Amino acid sequence: MGLTAKSTGIYAFLEDLNQSSVKADAIIALAGNPNTGKSTVFNGLTGLNQHTGNWPGKTVVLAKGNYLYRHKNITLVDLPGTYSLLANSADEQVARDFICFGDPDATVVVADATCLERNLNLVLQVMEITPKTILCLNLIDEAKRKKIEIDIAALENILGIPVIPTAARDKTGLKELREAIHQTVFGKRCNHPKPMVYSENIEVAIEKIQAEVENLFQGRINSRWVALRLLDGDTTIIQEMRNYLQRMEPKDQPVSETYKEVECCGSFGSRV
Amino acid sequence: MAHLEAEFNRLLQLAQAEGSQMGTVRDRIVQTIYREAQDIAEKAVKLKGKAEDVDRMIDNVVTSKIWGYPLMLALLSVVFWLTISGANFPSALLAEFLFGLQDQLTALFQWAGAPDWLHGVLVLGMYRALAWVVSVMLPPMAIFFPLFTFLEDLGYLPRVAFNLDKLFKKAGAHGKQILTMCMGFGCNAAGVIACRIIESPRERLIAILTNNFVPCNGRFPTMIAMAAIFMGLLVSNYNSFTASALVAGVVVLGVSVTLAVSWILSKTLLKGIPSTFTLELPPYRIPKIGSLLIRSVFDRTLFVMMRAVVVAAPAGMVAWILANIQIGGLSILAHLAGWLQGFGCAIGLDGFIVLAFLLGLPANEIVVPILIMSYLAEGAMVELDSIEALRELLVNNGWTWLTALNMMLFSLLHFPCATTLLTIRKETQSLKWTVLAALIPTGIAIAVCFVVAQIVRGLGLF
Repeated sequence: MGLTAKSTGIYAFLEDLNQSSVKADAIIALAGNPNTGKSTVFNGLTGLNQHTGNWPGKTVVLAKGNYLYRHKNITLVDLPGTYSLLANSADEQVARDFICFGDPDATVVVADATCLERNLNLVLQVMEITPKTILCLNLIDEAKRKKIEIDIAALENILGIPVIPTAARDKTGLKELREAIHQTVFGKRCNHPKPMVYSENIEVAIEKIQAEVENLFQGRINSRWVALRLLDGDTTIIQEMRNYLQRMEPKDQPVSETYKEVECCGSFGSRV
Repeated sequence: MAHLEAEFNRLLQLAQAEGSQMGTVRDRIVQTIYREAQDIAEKAVKLKGKAEDVDRMIDNVVTSKIWGYPLMLALLSVVFWLTISGANFPSALLAEFLFGLQDQLTALFQWAGAPDWLHGVLVLGMYRALAWVVSVMLPPMAIFFPLFTFLEDLGYLPRVAFNLDKLFKKAGAHGKQILTMCMGFGCNAAGVIACRIIESPRERLIAILTNNFVPCNGRFPTMIAMAAIFMGLLVSNYNSFTASALVAGVVVLGVSVTLAVSWILSKTLLKGIPSTFTLELPPYRIPKIGSLLIRSVFDRTLFVMMRAVVVAAPAGMVAWILANIQIGGLSILAHLAGWLQGFGCAIGLDGFIVLAFLLGLPANEIVVPILIMSYLAEGAMVELDSIEALRELLVNNGWTWLTALNMMLFSLLHFPCATTLLTIRKETQSLKWTVLAALIPTGIAIAVCFVVAQIVRGLGLF
């Protein structure tokens, strides 16, 4: 039952994105745990009126919006609120598939500053897929009220990605967030996300298959992450990979522009 | 290029071989990530003193074993009471205005020399159905939706899910189902879509199949009207609080039926053990009243209203035509109702009511307008500008409190509207489950109404 690959339709959705009347200069994915004010950030950036509320996993349907910053037309895709990208709810699959196979130019993860530790799980998982990750530390005002102090510089340093504190309800920090997105997509800035290091036998196994994965997908998606998922034996993603391969087949074109950029930036594990 | 596929399969086998040697890869991955998150948070987060945890204190009451349920019931009743008593006055005002406008329209048609049938179809059919839908639905929705959105934005709804989790688990269903049911209060089609938040396909199907037992906004005004009429017929003096308690009771009944059906389904067609899940209790936040009002009025109230209006207009026309084209001295509507009379009677309703529910398949909002129209076409014209006038019309057509009660029950339990059924078809990708989603509630509705009617009649109350 339920959502087949076609009906959740990352590809249908992507086609829809491309057919929009205004051509987007960049597509940005917006991920985050439920109840982090993700929809408020979305509304704050795009000005699109959309329902927001602390309803776990409420944003089931993908919403998108546009904004103009420095003459660039940015399309923002509001992904379902999820706690991780590992479990198998329809929501988490949609979020994961979009970040992994939808090839967004950057992914913003909205986190609740009042419970950073729990939110970091998703941040780390997104960072594993793409180096072009930006952490939006929302509800920073609430954290302050709860006497929680977060060392932004230290966090940025450890994670190796931009960290922007915001209070989206009061539109605080949204300008900085726009700038960070701009820099990540169009600027020279390269992220060096902290690599996750697993236990030795997993690392050995990854090494065994990573090179072959790289060849198979012609480097289009992050081979280390794919190798890890294959080891995990996650059936839903294996199906999605098959779909991806099938779509890759007819166009045997050289590696895309986007990929080259990623390559320049994508120094997974180079900064251990 | 089949070699890509083959290559991938080979890779997969390799990975599986590696993975199986290590055992629980997933657990180790999750462990590593959690440890890393903990590590980073420790380095970057400092707690300066301990803030008082007000949320925890509130939660200790709101989700406590003693206070949790009574508080939920009390809040439910208060919301209904505010809706019912608050809607009375603006409803009457709107009705007076809109039905006054009807007289003007009639005058206009007469002045223009329009034929009778045109006046009938457009004014008596379409306009009157619209006037009823607007005057009866708009005020309760304009009160109910902001109240509901307030509770939602406050962060109360996840607590409700927390409270009811045990019950749902016992019924073999998922605790998050209550959230999809909350959504169903607005619209069952939206509730069915909301079932996507449930991970396990089995529990998701249960939630989809039972969502209909929450009265949606289209049926809600019917319930309110029927509650008022029922109380009015039962006792000469009643206040709006007893009527709202009755509506709350009907909702509780709907939840009980949901639990019962979920339990039966998980023991028969959808066997399985409920899966566990983490439900975050978000911090309480005082909602921003401005955006709350804008959202609840524009996104919900007017949205649902417009949908109702779009369906009510053609439905009103069709109903008027059916009620006014005579075959052998009886209108088509009366013929149809006549065939259904025996069945309707057995379940404590009448042929017209059953027909109204059938014709109301496109949207539940139009059941009562169709019913009124069919009664009006039969009998004398009355000004229908108050609930008393409606009661009089219904009593003149043989209604008793049993009819009002069973109308409420049937409305609560019967088949979902066409929009919801289409949504179920889309979500389940299965005709079989869609058909079941219509048959299960209808069967229950007929059974319950039949039993109630037989008991009441058996006891000699009528």
